[in-house]
Amino acid sequence: MANVTLRNVRKAYPNGFEAIKGVDVDVADGQFCVLVGPSGCGKSTLLRMVAGLETITSGEINIGGRVVNQVEPADRDIAMVFQNYALYPHMSVFNNMAYGLRNRGMKEAEIKTRVEEAARILELGTMLTRKPGQLSGGQRQRVAMGRAIVRQPKVFLFDEPLSNLDAKLRISMRVEIRKLQRRLNVTSIYVTHDQLEAMTLADILVVMNGGQVEQVGNPLAIYEKPATTFVASFIGAPPMNLMSTRQDEIKPQLGGSAVEAGILGIRPEDLAITDQTPSGGVALSLTIDAIERVGAETFVYGSRAQDQQGVATNPGELPPGEVIVRIPGTEAPAIGQKIRVAAVRNKLHLFSGDGRKRIEI
Amino acid sequence: MVEHRRFGNLLPHLVLIAGVIVVAFPVYLAIIASTHDNSVIANGQMPLYPGGHALETYWNTIMSGTGKTTREPVGSMLLSSLIMAVGIALGKIAISIISAYAIVFFNFPFRMATFWTIFITLMLPVEVRIFPTYKITSDLHMLDSYSGLILPLIASATATLLFRQFFMTVPKELVEASKMDGAGPIRFFFDTLLPLSVTNIAALFVILFIYGWNQYLWPLLITTRDDMQTIVIGIKKIIDVKDALTEWSVAMATAVLAMLPPVAVVVLLQRLFVKGLIETEK
Repeated sequence: MANVTLRNVRKAYPNGFEAIKGVDVDVADGQFCVLVGPSGCGKSTLLRMVAGLETITSGEINIGGRVVNQVEPADRDIAMVFQNYALYPHMSVFNNMAYGLRNRGMKEAEIKTRVEEAARILELGTMLTRKPGQLSGGQRQRVAMGRAIVRQPKVFLFDEPLSNLDAKLRISMRVEIRKLQRRLNVTSIYVTHDQLEAMTLADILVVMNGGQVEQVGNPLAIYEKPATTFVASFIGAPPMNLMSTRQDEIKPQLGGSAVEAGILGIRPEDLAITDQTPSGGVALSLTIDAIERVGAETFVYGSRAQDQQGVATNPGELPPGEVIVRIPGTEAPAIGQKIRVAAVRNKLHLFSGDGRKRIEI
Repeated sequence: MVEHRRFGNLLPHLVLIAGVIVVAFPVYLAIIASTHDNSVIANGQMPLYPGGHALETYWNTIMSGTGKTTREPVGSMLLSSLIMAVGIALGKIAISIISAYAIVFFNFPFRMATFWTIFITLMLPVEVRIFPTYKITSDLHMLDSYSGLILPLIASATATLLFRQFFMTVPKELVEASKMDGAGPIRFFFDTLLPLSVTNIAALFVILFIYGWNQYLWPLLITTRDDMQTIVIGIKKIIDVKDALTEWSVAMATAVLAMLPPVAVVVLLQRLFVKGLIETEK
């Protein structure tokens, strides 16, 4: 049991590239922290620095009250689950889990108890004598987790552990990881690029971009009040619609100081097809370009004729002028149809013109 | 594609059978010759059917060698060859696996320079560097010894290269998982890398054993004592006799005996050999 504290952590490579540009994160004892961001944002590097697999250029990493900057990975009292599982192919499942304990000189009887306990928790009991090559992807994933559990570490580190699994298995393993973490109550840091995984798993969510932390906090709080346009478009699927407040259609509806903000954001589910404009809200005229029906809900992709002017360019953002509306699956609009959609005032998000600052209405 | 071949697979089979005959016939002839009495071959007759002297010829060849000269029995030549070939194969594997481990998994200054230095020795086989190598071996008083036969031949760029290529396919996460599990470099080498390399080692052993077994020039220079003679040299000496008839049956029996150990190695390690060359799953 331990808390993990990162203080102004930086990582620069010899070629001058700065992968991590000063990160501060506090993970309390027993918390599940998820690092999320697009590929190349430095989230895996940061995790590997906590693991001790990458050196720290400056700053401080503290695990359970001990600065571990210069401590070997094996001595940090952590366990890591890798994306490709990294199981020893020539060892049986039992030996895969026991290897780390044997290297630490633990007694065979104690090793046996621990491995069998982990196998019971992970339902691997009948597979202990098999080799990793004889297991399915999900089972290998369990073995990798078992290898972490038997160590009884202070901190679990997960490096995109579910990305090699198929969609269904990913969902069930996601639930299992969460249950397991609650049950063992071990501080965990989990890296993913999947915002859905991030939202569902995290006690504390760290959204990263370009080696920096964009926002830290409770996942729902981040969803409701994204601090930047990057977070707004990255968290939530489909992404938030972002548009300039200075456009002719929007300007008079917003009015006053809100126009000065620069960027207006509306989530697809906050828009509804209606002819009325709610007081203080915003209404948009759209021509429907495409419709995605997924059953319970329907995503309508519309374009706004008046303005093709885009806002900040972040990964995952919609092309300029395109608006996504999320409506119940029972409604059936047609391609080419002209519709009016509107959102109420307290569902509007305002950001500064560069997208770096949230402005409260 | 539908093929209408009148003779089906007849032609390919004929070609292949002809190939097999071309390769196998001399071997067959050697075996036949070794079963006849010396005088039969000396008279210029070369029968195509086995004679009745097989056991006698092989017994004499292994136990006492040729009758008239003071040559060594072929049994001791076999032993010398075996020691040399196994020594060279194991030595090459041991040295190259360690150097490949250093080159792939450790980051030290001039790492690539080291690799290329090893690599260019491919251009310097024993035949090219025979005088300096002989000088060093003799200065170290290793003439007429097994270490003199083996040690100068055990550096291998080919094997280093093969192990390097294999090691580079080992996922780096495996190294990291080992680190997390508290295994240092030596533990990782013995617990993980070596077991994973077994098929590669077997494949290399087959190739290198045959390389060592077929050495001719180097043993010829290094050994002058008859009891250290290898079988490949022995054959030559048995055929090349002065003022007497070559004992062809003994010579042929020696040739057949010289073929057996490489064949045995190939047969025994065949499955691992093929796996080592084609296997990709780690």
